[in-house]
Formats: sequence, structure tokens, C-alpha cells
Amino acid sequence: MSLDIVVCVKTNPDAQMIRIKNREPVLEAIPYKVGDLEKNALEAALQLRDAAGGGTIRALTVVEGDRKIRETIKEALAMGADEAVIVADPALAGADQAGIAAALAAAVAKIGACDVLLFGEGSTDNYSGQVGARVAELLGWPQIGYAKKLALAAGGIEAERSMDEMIETLAAPLPVAVTVVSEINEPRPTSLMNILKAGKKPVTEWTLADLGLDAVGAQKRIVSNLAEEQDRKHVLFDGAVDEQVDAFVNALVKEGVVGR
Amino acid sequence: MADILVYSEKTSAAVELLAKGREWAAELSLGLSAACLGAGAAEAASALAAHGADRIFVSDDAAFDGLPADTVAAALAAAAAEAGATVVLIASTRRGKELAGRVAQKLGAGCVSDVNALTLENGELVADRYAYGGATVAREVVTTVVKVFAVMPKTFAVGHPVAGAGAVVPLPAPAASAVKVVDRRAKEGEAVDLTAAPRIVGVGRGFAARDDLHLGMELADALHAELACTKSLADFEWLPESRIVGLSGAKTKPDLYLAVGVSGQIQHTVGVSSARLIAAVNTDKEAPIFALADYGIVGDLYAVVPALVAKLQSL
Repeated sequence: MSLDIVVCVKTNPDAQMIRIKNREPVLEAIPYKVGDLEKNALEAALQLRDAAGGGTIRALTVVEGDRKIRETIKEALAMGADEAVIVADPALAGADQAGIAAALAAAVAKIGACDVLLFGEGSTDNYSGQVGARVAELLGWPQIGYAKKLALAAGGIEAERSMDEMIETLAAPLPVAVTVVSEINEPRPTSLMNILKAGKKPVTEWTLADLGLDAVGAQKRIVSNLAEEQDRKHVLFDGAVDEQVDAFVNALVKEGVVGR
Repeated sequence: MADILVYSEKTSAAVELLAKGREWAAELSLGLSAACLGAGAAEAASALAAHGADRIFVSDDAAFDGLPADTVAAALAAAAAEAGATVVLIASTRRGKELAGRVAQKLGAGCVSDVNALTLENGELVADRYAYGGATVAREVVTTVVKVFAVMPKTFAVGHPVAGAGAVVPLPAPAASAVKVVDRRAKEGEAVDLTAAPRIVGVGRGFAARDDLHLGMELADALHAELACTKSLADFEWLPESRIVGLSGAKTKPDLYLAVGVSGQIQHTVGVSSARLIAAVNTDKEAPIFALADYGIVGDLYAVVPALVAKLQSL
């Protein structure tokens, strides 16, 4: 059988590189990269496609400006996606989850060939976990969140997921929207050869107008976005291990958190 | 009259939302509704009435078996429309978080998920949530007419319950979801409630092997603490998911958090940043955990932990 898959890929500022200055996040010169959970989603797509024996995998991303997106999305192509679709439009600046979901859903509809629509359960930077569910609703598709195992089954897919109190196995017909967690797999590394090949894979670019969408407004206002203030003592103990341990435990006893 | 609508598949979490919802309903002149869906809905409804719900939308239709997100979302959107809800509060459990986006989309509503504080400021609800992987706290206001908030369990305390009118409104039978539950089984590993622990020892990748974790366990025993871990150790399956502290695990508030072999990535430390005291043992003086620590030992945990255990036992 042939299974066409679209993987929604968000490119995020590299969280490890974000520094805080005067409680403000410093985002200038932070490189953008494909989110970690999106790599899990791409790996899941590759494995599902192999199991099906054929089909096309498209990496779909939505971006407000250029942001070197053609370079960043190559990561997805180098991992094994066959094509990339980029929705780029300055009108997406300031869009929140509903606006992004509207663009993604319209792009999936325009792509047409999609049996399984994959997402990470949340993005590395914001982790709202809303977009997959919103897109599923817009398309009128069933959704399965938090998949940690994913397999083809008669007439559709089967997914295992870990909920607050139990492990569930769910079955759904196609088409279906699925979000994955990091436990689902270990994303394959990209070889230099695949990175070179990625440059030759087809990349389609659409604007919102191409998707029949107007400007997308925001549904939220950010009041502030600052690092938490932490007032800590920062006492480090020197010396030999025994001296360090004595001073450390004495401090904890004095604080009243360790007692006889 | 417009309403605040509360939903969680966990009655204990719905009760927390009702407690706060009751306050806001009074201040904003709104009604307070709740929804109970699936098996046991009638019993849950009486508990919610006792905790302040004036109107409860109830259905135990078989279509809610397994609580499929699309079917539950459709029912909640119908209840919200019926109640004229302008604020929808959903507990941000895994199910609730998955549901919130779909409900919001149906209602044309803006939504904030994983809310860890929600306050009424000048007549506006302001939601706090972590952003940039936990590096910052974003304070957000929803500007659509209907506002959906997925609020972390335990965000609000339940004081003395005040009973509501408790009128039961049956919801019409929904369309069944295409998603079917094939199997359901209990999670392996013991249940642990890190959010209630007064002391926590957290272990991370400074431990070179799974077999070495006994050092962390002995330290936890000596401190009468719970053992917790970073997400990596759970990914390695060295410890169960229930022991993860951080963005993808428990958000804790212990008196003491002692991090051992934990570098202090923000995705982990958001789960302990509210601890009264943070202490750390790490070989790397530059490890980010020390920026957050009150007390620290720069040293090899394999030498430090046995000495710590001996010292604590001698107290």
C-alpha cells in the first residue's frame, strides 16, 4: 500500500542557546532549528512509510518571514522527507496557535495527498500543544495525541499512548492527525550525503493568498514575558569531600530542612 | 446570563477549578457551570454541585467511552454554547490539554494551555505559563469573546466548598468518534506524588549507569525524601515517567530539592524553581544548576554521595 504523510514542522530558536539578560530572553543571533519532537514525528513518518511500502512524505512549515527557512527545512529533507512545503507570509507575524493552525489546515487541504498528519506533541519553545488539535478540528479529522508507538493496522493506524493514569492503545481510520512524544523513537542522524541530496529535493512555497486565507489575527495579548526572579544564596563549599559534606549538611540543618 | 464553564475528567481537578470559578463568577457576575461526561457522570455531577456548580451538563452516553478528544470537544462546545460561556476552564491533564485546543477551535476562542497561575486583574483574566522551554514566564490575556484556559492541576486550592444550585442539564447524544480504544492497561511502576513531597532528591545524567542509582536512592532514604529524575533518565527507562520533574513531568514545591548529577537545563528546573531551598552536587562548577542553588558542592557524586549519606545518618 502507499501511505502519504505530512509532517508539520516548526522551526524554533535553539532553546539551549537562549540567554537571559535583565530577565529578558535574548533572541538575537539565536539559530533556528527543526524542533526535537518534530524530528521524532519525521522519524515516525519514515518508519510508517517503510512499513506501508511506499508513499510520499512532505514536511510542512509555516513561517512569517524568511528566517533562512529554506536552510532550516533542509534538516527535514536530509532526514528523509521527500518534499518540503513552506507557507511564508509576513501577515503571519504575530499569529498565534489559531492562525498557524488555519494556515497548516489550508495547506494540508491544498496538498491533498495526506493519510496521516503528524505533529510533535508540542513545540520546543512554546509547548502549547494546541496546534495539532486545532488542525484536526479544522480538517474534521479524528486526532490521537501523545503517541509513543505507531503502527499500521487494518484500515488505519494503531497508536499506544501514555495518559495520566493508564496506557491506552487506540485505533483510528485514515486520514488521522497524530501527535507524538519523544519516547516514540530515536530520530536518525543525517549524513553529509543526505544533506547534499536534500538541496535537490522539491520545495514548494505558498503565501496565505495561495491558500485563500486573509491575514490571520492574534487571539491573545502578551502582557509580559520575563524570566522568573530567583533569589538564591549561591553558597558553594570548598575543600576536601568530608569538609564540603560537613559544611553542606550543617547549612541544611540550620535551614531547618534536615533534622535529627 | 453568561457563564464560566468548568470541565475535567478528574473530579478532583474539576473541584479545584470550581473553587476559583466561584470567586470569579461572583466578581464578574457570571454563572458557574460544569460538564460531566462518560461513565459515572451522574455521581461526578453531584460532587460538582456540592462544590459550587449551578448548572451541570451531564451525559453518560457510550460515545464518551475512552473520552475521545473529538467527541468530548463537541459536547463541551455544545455545553458552552448552551450556557453562553465566556470562560472555559479545563484541567491541563494530558487529556485536558489535548482537548483544549479542539474546544477552542470549535468556539473560535483563544486558548492558553499549561496555565500555572490565573489571576483576575482589573476585570481581566491573566494566565501565566512557561515559554521558551521554561526560560521565561509569559503572562497572556485572551482577547476573543470566549476564552479557554487549560489550567495545571493543583493551581488552585480547594477551601470550604460552597454548594451551587446543581441543576442537571442532559446533553444530547453525540456522534461517536472514529477513534476506538483497543486496549487499556495500568501503568507500570508505582504511583508517586512528587507534588506533595516535602523533600526531593533529583538524579540526572551525572549517573553513569542505571546500577549506580542506588546511591541516589540511599541519599533519598537518608533525607526521608522522594526520588525524582530528569527526563533523560526516564527516556533511558532507568526510572519510571512518574518520577520526572520538569516541563514534561511534575511541577513541585518541596522545602528542599537536592539535585545530584543534574546539569540544570531549564526544562528540568522549571519543575523545582518554586522549591524553598535548592541544593546541588555536580562536578561542573559552571553547570546551570548552581545558578539556581542556595547551597552546592562541586565534586564527584560518586565520592560525595556516600559521604553525605554517612553524615546524614550520623545526625
